[in-house]
Amino acid sequence: MQDRQGAVTIRTRGLEKRYEDTIAVQPLDLEVRQGEVFGLLGPNGAGKTTTILMLLGLTEPSGGSAEVLGLDPARNPIRVKRHVGYLPDNVGFYQGMTGRQNLRYTTRLNGIERKEAEDRIDGLLAQVGLADAGDNRVETYSRGMLQRLGIADALVKDPLVLILDEPTTSIDPIGVAETLDLVRDLAHNKGVSVLLSSHLLHQVQQVCDRIAIFVKGTVAATGTVAELAGRQQTGAQIQIEVGADGDPEAVATTLRGVPGVVDVARDPHDPRLWVVSGEPDMRGRVAQALVAAGQIPWQLRSRGMDLDEIYQRYFSQVAEAAAVPAGATDA
Amino acid sequence: MPERRSKARPAARGMRRPAPSHATTTVGQPVEAAAFVLPKVPPIPAGWRIIGGREFTEHLLSVRFLLLIALMGLVGVLVIYTLSSNIRELAGSLSDQLTYYTGEPFPVFLFLFSQPPVSGDTTLAAIPSFAQIVIQYIGPLLGLAFGFDAISNERTEGTLPRLVSQPIHRDDVINGKFVASLAIVALILGAIMLILAGIGIYRLGVVPTGDVALRLLIWWGFLVLYVAFWLALATLFSVIFRRAATALLAVLAVWLVVTFFGGQIASILANFLAPVGADGTTAARVANVNMQLSLLRLFPSGQFGEMTAVMLNPSVNALNASVTDPTGRAIPTLLPVGQSLLLIWPQVVTLLALTAACFAGAYVLFMRQEVRA
Repeated sequence: MQDRQGAVTIRTRGLEKRYEDTIAVQPLDLEVRQGEVFGLLGPNGAGKTTTILMLLGLTEPSGGSAEVLGLDPARNPIRVKRHVGYLPDNVGFYQGMTGRQNLRYTTRLNGIERKEAEDRIDGLLAQVGLADAGDNRVETYSRGMLQRLGIADALVKDPLVLILDEPTTSIDPIGVAETLDLVRDLAHNKGVSVLLSSHLLHQVQQVCDRIAIFVKGTVAATGTVAELAGRQQTGAQIQIEVGADGDPEAVATTLRGVPGVVDVARDPHDPRLWVVSGEPDMRGRVAQALVAAGQIPWQLRSRGMDLDEIYQRYFSQVAEAAAVPAGATDA
Repeated sequence: MPERRSKARPAARGMRRPAPSHATTTVGQPVEAAAFVLPKVPPIPAGWRIIGGREFTEHLLSVRFLLLIALMGLVGVLVIYTLSSNIRELAGSLSDQLTYYTGEPFPVFLFLFSQPPVSGDTTLAAIPSFAQIVIQYIGPLLGLAFGFDAISNERTEGTLPRLVSQPIHRDDVINGKFVASLAIVALILGAIMLILAGIGIYRLGVVPTGDVALRLLIWWGFLVLYVAFWLALATLFSVIFRRAATALLAVLAVWLVVTFFGGQIASILANFLAPVGADGTTAARVANVNMQLSLLRLFPSGQFGEMTAVMLNPSVNALNASVTDPTGRAIPTLLPVGQSLLLIWPQVVTLLALTAACFAGAYVLFMRQEVRA
């Protein structure tokens, strides 16, 4: 795997999917490289799963092309699927079989030799924290355990590309951290390409090297978290959230008087906060002015670097462009 | 929709046994970055076998398998037990009568499975034969039991996306499942027939000859085909309906109509198509009966009924009604196995075609369905 660092494993060109009356995925250009974790971020129904299914050759694209590991998944699905591990959304297993038996079935479908399969299964069950539960029937598993088993199942074929659809939705917080560590390790140390779809922003932010924000079948933006954040800064202005002791209106008056401040507006989510827009160097002056006025600040936070907000903003931009109220599509 | 499949399948077919050597580039494909050298992997086995193997094992350990074996065993043993005592009395006279004409003993053993051709003995006629029970109840029940949730089960358990993302073709899923269910059905039917034959040998004291054994073997094959029809129908409904309960009800409805109203429907239609009239001549009556028989032959139960009648009774040499020979000069003869086969071959082919049509419907629908619910 050494010389393939950075090679493109997944590439789509104008990939699209239309159903009779709806467009699930609009022409899409994506590139995922070896050893990187790529996040597909977007609300439910944004076309993430449809895209994934097209990459696996499970749904025929209506247009454009996809290339996975240099192969066209629509024409050569068997070879693609041999090297791509997939954890579906709401993964399910055969209830009457044990976790180990379910994994063994997957190894047999992949033609993995028995001895090697058993070794891998043992290793993976331990890795996902199911070493003790591996020999229990799946019907006794909790949702989170199923999802852990699903991750083991996706990895048991020793994939070059790993596609995870909502991998952490029902895992507990500790499990999430472990899962994300595992994903990061696979990508950065073993050279696996990981495509991770999620609507949980903070997890995506933690683990993904690059992300694509999916809204209504289109990619609103692609890039690293920092790039996306930079692109959303309006011109040379920055925004800071300010909360300070004293009468809010008095605080607002103080803020408006600071040189470099362009706009002061009440935060729609928290009425105690003011959102101050202005020149990049206004932060120190804002703090000084507040202290001088005896209104000691208890919050002074710059805005726009958090993925949550990037996402919200891209999302509302697309929604405005489509002339649909933003709240209507908030999933 | 149609071009979606035609585009993907042929190419995919050709890659059934991938050769790792020419994995990387295809001529004409733009290569920008370093082309991929996929690691060598062991050959990928035929998916339907592995899927079928798993299904088979699961069926074998399932409660429904045990229930059906128990039910069939119970029914079979009860029927055989009652029949065999009656057959013993009947066999003597029947055999004498036939031996007189043909010079060979009548294979009474076959009557263990089918209804003996009696006219006078009402007690015997009142007992349904094993074949009759199989045609009306057990055949459809078996097909239904192993088919109604074949595909919908994978959907409700959420295993379908995971399964089809393995290196298999999508049709491996439905093929493997169908083959596994059919194998289970063949196993159940074969086991029951062997048990019944054993009881029969003990009760009748007659050991089946090679000819009789061959007839029973062929009949077993037809029986499996008959159940295969119901299995294919149940599989079709399991593809159409997402909920197993709905599929179950749909198959039950078809079964009820065919089994209990099939005869009536055929008779009404026959009266319309070949009316007898108030002072119907014999010819008109015969035409009416033959029309009825032809219509019944459209139903799988009618086809299999005739297969049974011919295979399990070598003295049956015609299926259509004809004017009875008034002089009584028709000599009862026993047909050789080959001639019996020839007599019901059209029915066999028709049943095969019906089964294939049901399965093809299920196959095409399944291939077109989205993986996601």
